[in-house]
Amino acid sequence: MKNPKRASASPKRSFDNPKSALETLEQDLEALRLRTGLAVANPDELDRLRADVAALKREFYANLSPWQRTQLARHQNRPYPLDYIRLLFEDFSEIYGDRLFGDDSAMIAGMARFHGRPCVVLGQQKGRDTRQRLARNFGQAKPEGYRKALRVMRLAAKFGRPIFTLIDTPGAYPGIDAEERGQAEAIARNLREMMRLPVPILVTITGEGGSGGALAIAVGDRIHMLENSIYSVISPEGCASIMWRDAGKAELAAGALRITAPDLLSLGLIDEIIPEPEGGAHHDHVAAAALLDPVLVRNLDELDGLAVGQMLDRRYQKFRHMGQFFEELPV
Amino acid sequence: MAWFKRDKDSIQDPVPPEERRVRTEGMWEKCASCRKIIWKKDLDANWQVCPKCDHHFKLSAVRRLELLLDDGIWNEHDANLSSTDPLEFTDTRAYKQRLIDAHKKLGMRDAIITAEGRIEGRPAIVCAMEFGFIGGSMGAVVGEKVTRAIELATSKREPLVIVSCSGGARMMEGTTSLMQLAKVSGALSRLDDARLPYISVLTDPTTGGVTASYAMLGDLNIAEPGALIGFAGPRVIEQTIRQKLPAGFQRSEFLLQHGFLDAIVPRKELKAYLANALNFFLS
Repeated sequence: MKNPKRASASPKRSFDNPKSALETLEQDLEALRLRTGLAVANPDELDRLRADVAALKREFYANLSPWQRTQLARHQNRPYPLDYIRLLFEDFSEIYGDRLFGDDSAMIAGMARFHGRPCVVLGQQKGRDTRQRLARNFGQAKPEGYRKALRVMRLAAKFGRPIFTLIDTPGAYPGIDAEERGQAEAIARNLREMMRLPVPILVTITGEGGSGGALAIAVGDRIHMLENSIYSVISPEGCASIMWRDAGKAELAAGALRITAPDLLSLGLIDEIIPEPEGGAHHDHVAAAALLDPVLVRNLDELDGLAVGQMLDRRYQKFRHMGQFFEELPV
Repeated sequence: MAWFKRDKDSIQDPVPPEERRVRTEGMWEKCASCRKIIWKKDLDANWQVCPKCDHHFKLSAVRRLELLLDDGIWNEHDANLSSTDPLEFTDTRAYKQRLIDAHKKLGMRDAIITAEGRIEGRPAIVCAMEFGFIGGSMGAVVGEKVTRAIELATSKREPLVIVSCSGGARMMEGTTSLMQLAKVSGALSRLDDARLPYISVLTDPTTGGVTASYAMLGDLNIAEPGALIGFAGPRVIEQTIRQKLPAGFQRSEFLLQHGFLDAIVPRKELKAYLANALNFFLS
């Protein structure tokens, strides 16, 4: 390990250590090769070692625990909605304000082109450093954010433009001002209205799908999740502090809540998982966007083939069938 | 011969100490507002409203329907739906066990009764939530029952009343619970398209995912006095902003002032209010 002392001082990131151990091994091999020239007994042996290291790395990332995925979903270098907008959309022009109270920079919305086609794109935006994070309220929108989102989505509906939403939020902001201005009402209204907006809505969970604050822009025809994103009714920490009365049990809660993309696909709550570049989207923003692009293109194509009534009916039925129950006679 | 002699056996207590109880135990209730002691029978006869200060206690789902529906009769729907425990969730106790315990305690299979009855002669679909059942939380069963009730109202062209009393989405069913918000709200969009009235009644407490879906989507949103209504719970907000919350924050009167309730209606006037409003919409 490069820096074991620092790693132990921040246990939150400790799971990343096996990776750095592998990378160190790779570097050591390379150094050995350079130092000894080609004097290493068997260059094939070296290639084989390298392949082993790569295989180990793949296996490591394919078997991340729910808590490790939660940390990747929250990784500060993870591409945020504005990064995807920059990489996948052209001519993005932001639209500000809800025309009722103010603008909310935790929620971004605007006009753009997707492969030349006019559309609307929106998403929650976290900040990458402390200053940005404060300005963006850590990606936690207030009622004006959700109302702005709805205003812009209605604009899209009026002019027949498809809607792309990119979800990455710890949740809707829990504060006095948000409650005063009707946080619950703003979210509820979005849920109802998105169900009947007569244009295609493509939803992608790119990072954290934090409860009602995520769902408020996540009712749509297609729900995609990036491989290492999460989507949950409550944060693992919140769940742990309520159910176990100990926020330290978050790792346990992350597993119990089944919040990872494979879990949610098997529960029938999402449509498709978008693979991420090796090691996670934060290693390569361009590659992450390139993996998302064809999925959006294909699904938009499919939705274009449907009549509006048919599309709305399928959207309704999709959510209508979420949730299982027994329908037995009373014992 | 002794001067003093016990000529009777000492009194044998027929009740062993661990079984001793005051005979009036469990018969009285202390009002959370005026701190007066109320006889429980009086409280129940008064629909769980303090006879001294009008404080509204929680009312069970069954009593709520008795209060609102003519002759206290209704036709219950989907009473057999029950949770599958899709995540096999266990925290300090297994969710399955919590469900069994709640069923034993209340005789209900989940936290809501959906029913059809009459309000002053007018047929209506009425749902009442039961806080005693895992905090009135909404999982797949509550979501499904409410959605079916909304769809029934839409197809029979009857008005809808939902009385909410809930801590929000049910954590033990994870993201499935979250999706119920979208499912129910979607059904409400169809009721809205069909131009049928929906009156949402918010009672103490209505928070989280229930507030952020059907409770706030009524053609009229009305509440009982003093009810706690909000998106985030007060404890979460206090932890986030690290300061004490002002008195009366997130109570019915606060929401009315901020424009998110159409009226505050005392429990005893609730039925008359609903009948009048439905007349306004439908006659």
